[in-house]
Amino acid sequence: MMLSVRFRKRLSDAFTLDVDFAVPAGVTILFGASGSGKTTVLRGIAGLTRPDAGRIAVQDIPLFDSAADIDIPVPQRKVGYVAQHLALFPHLTVHGNVEYGISRVDRYRRAERAQMILASFKIAHLSGRKPGEISGGEQQRTALARALATDPRVLLLDEPLSALDYATQTHIMDDLRTWISERAVPVVYVTHAHREVFALGERVIVLGGGRVQAQGIPHDVLDAPARHALAIIAGFENVFEATVLSSRADWGTMSCRVAGTTTEVEVPFSGAEPGAPIRLAVRAGDILVAGAEPHALSARNVLEGVIGSLHRQGPTIVAHVIAGPSFEVHLTPGACESLSLAQGRPVWLVIKTYSWRVVV
Amino acid sequence: MGLRRSGALTPETSVDWQAIALTLKLATVVCAALMLIGLPLAYWLTFSRWRWKFLVESVVALPLVLPPTVLGFYVLVAIGARSPIGQVWTTWFGHGLAFTFEGLVIASMLYSLPFAVQPIAAAFSQVDPALLEASSTLGASRPRTFARVVMPLSLKGVLTGAILSFAHTIGEFGVVVMVGGNVPGVTRTVSISIYDDVQALDYASANATALLLVAFSFVVLALVYALNRKVWAAQPKP
Repeated sequence: MMLSVRFRKRLSDAFTLDVDFAVPAGVTILFGASGSGKTTVLRGIAGLTRPDAGRIAVQDIPLFDSAADIDIPVPQRKVGYVAQHLALFPHLTVHGNVEYGISRVDRYRRAERAQMILASFKIAHLSGRKPGEISGGEQQRTALARALATDPRVLLLDEPLSALDYATQTHIMDDLRTWISERAVPVVYVTHAHREVFALGERVIVLGGGRVQAQGIPHDVLDAPARHALAIIAGFENVFEATVLSSRADWGTMSCRVAGTTTEVEVPFSGAEPGAPIRLAVRAGDILVAGAEPHALSARNVLEGVIGSLHRQGPTIVAHVIAGPSFEVHLTPGACESLSLAQGRPVWLVIKTYSWRVVV
Repeated sequence: MGLRRSGALTPETSVDWQAIALTLKLATVVCAALMLIGLPLAYWLTFSRWRWKFLVESVVALPLVLPPTVLGFYVLVAIGARSPIGQVWTTWFGHGLAFTFEGLVIASMLYSLPFAVQPIAAAFSQVDPALLEASSTLGASRPRTFARVVMPLSLKGVLTGAILSFAHTIGEFGVVVMVGGNVPGVTRTVSISIYDDVQALDYASANATALLLVAFSFVVLALVYALNRKVWAAQPKP
């Protein structure tokens, strides 16, 4: 099975979504910042939003084709769609929800099939409960089971797991993978969380500015960002303008000064000439924080700074450190506590040369 | 039928059972007919994207602001022997519509229409559109979505619409006087009967009938609201 999507839709005077991509069987992540049009693309595939022009097809069966004037109604598309807010039927039980979309086979087989799917998603024991009476993770499982019970040709997931902790997410995705592996169904998983791309997807399509910016396997696409916008949406929280001071091609490094500061850093050699303007990117999670000035380190970049702000974001502590430029640094609560970090405390940031990405 | 009303001039108290029975029959028929018409109308009013929809909404709400006599007057003109509707009806059934039970039903339906449609439409519009989308992506047609999602989630509003149209029909006076007149067993409803008693200075009979109507209405409403509460106890709060 292959889902092919060519889709153009004007969303406002300034923003037109124009994408063209193909999704093979397996999990493909549709990745992009909020407002990049990911949800609109999914809704277009499901038939809930009508593209201005384009063609959407599963194998050779068109779901939408503006040239041939084809627009298959939503109920006949056989496209499973799990919306961000799940939309479980509050008046039906978990079993009733899952059974809802199973086609009109006889009653006994319907119940049997629903039970089987409930069991594969480990929610059989909840079948008599209402959605309001089960946990968030169980609701997600119910929503997935409900969508899969219809035997969809394509499965669309709109950030269905974003609200869950990492362990629950991966467990649910493992169960989902088991289910789809036998059926060769293309799954499009929309997210704006960088972490989910690596954890969940075999392939990634990066959406930005209404276009497909890049696609391929997550490691290739997201670890070597070629464009500034891509670097930001790919999760490089720190992106700086800089000037090359000197380069050592034989060592594979170059020395740069961050624009507007006196901060000098050593980064991987990129071929840029001294004096050339470049962009540098480093992930917030790749920066070490030291409570005292470190000595005798292999890391070439040790920057003295002071903590500007600290706040908690889920299980992560997000710190902003002024060390010349302002760096965003991610820490665990444990590390934060043992270093007794607080606003105004002096710290040293340690960044390995190869943690820097040179963005051309 | 228990005690029979023996005439306006007799001094003893009498409850007009015939009028009560007729009123209940009228209210039941009107309520049932309004559910048949009101559900699709409310559905259309809620989900249609027609740009002139507000005009239909205004027409549906008209009986709320018009004096019943105005409404009754136009209904009488519309169904009278000279009107096209009256003529067609006479051709089909051999008699006119004015001053008949059927005429009364039509007039009462118009009069109580907003009381049925508005609570139902309000309940329909409270249903999360995401649930309707979910239903359609699961392969359900619109009628199936209506039966399995919209209706169950709107039961309270539908019930309220039914109660209000029933109660409102029981209490109407002006429309009945205009369209139905005062034919015992055909168009003389409770409110007309009470009015007659009062005109005849038979306050005791008026009081007996009126009191019975009050008690009956209260019991019906209390029963339905109690049931309503039970049905909704299992629902998660929105």
